[in-house]
Amino acid sequence: MAFSVRKDGDTCVVAVEGQLIVGNRQELKQRVLDELERGERKFLVDFGQTGYIDSSGLGVLVSLSKRIRELNGDLRLSNLNDDLKTLFELTKLDTLFQIA
Amino acid sequence: MNDSGTSLPADSWFGDLRFPIDVRIPSDVRFIEPIVGAVVKRCVEHSIPSKACRLNVPVALTEAISNAILRGNHEDTSKAVRIRVTIDDRDLILEVEDEGAGFDLGACLVDPGGDGNRFREDGRGLFLMCSLMDRVEQVPEHANIVRLTLHRA
Repeated sequence: MAFSVRKDGDTCVVAVEGQLIVGNRQELKQRVLDELERGERKFLVDFGQTGYIDSSGLGVLVSLSKRIRELNGDLRLSNLNDDLKTLFELTKLDTLFQIA
Repeated sequence: MNDSGTSLPADSWFGDLRFPIDVRIPSDVRFIEPIVGAVVKRCVEHSIPSKACRLNVPVALTEAISNAILRGNHEDTSKAVRIRVTIDDRDLILEVEDEGAGFDLGACLVDPGGDGNRFREDGRGLFLMCSLMDRVEQVPEHANIVRLTLHRA
């Protein structure tokens, strides 16, 4: 698994390549926090290459969402497949995140 | 070897596993994805439904192993997590055993839609296991073993 970061206009796009699970969640968190530190405020996490997310991965997204909101930023999720949408619906997180 | 003395998992480590699976891994979260991938591969070969192979089995098994490593064994790499997988005409059964004292399964189940829980960063693992599998239980007299059952039909 890996994460790539690119800019698209004023949005920082973070692509998750592989699963987002307990073994790599801290890497994603740190990548986004580093970008926040650099002044980025608009984030889009792209799950187009992601098969599944575990509860630790979901927890990191909640943590980042709270931190970004505290700084008046915006976090959106995109390209969730049906399985990922199921996970967000089961955990009611579909009501917490803006899913593009 | 890494700093903790645990050899890093290679993709080929679990490639030869066949049902019934009975394997031990160190309490290192880097081992989770390779062993889960190997189990899922065997599930595909045994015609477990594709959605279960994409979602139910990998997420539920990841949660169970993660709990065993983080909470049962407290990431002590000298302790192992045992994973057993059996399959028959009716059920796929996954058992995950740690070296901890066990836990109260019922007391740990959190409703993620409950008051304030939506903003919690933790507490969804057991809920996901219960949502994605047909049965989640502790093995009688062995509170450190969680058994996940998925009906095949």
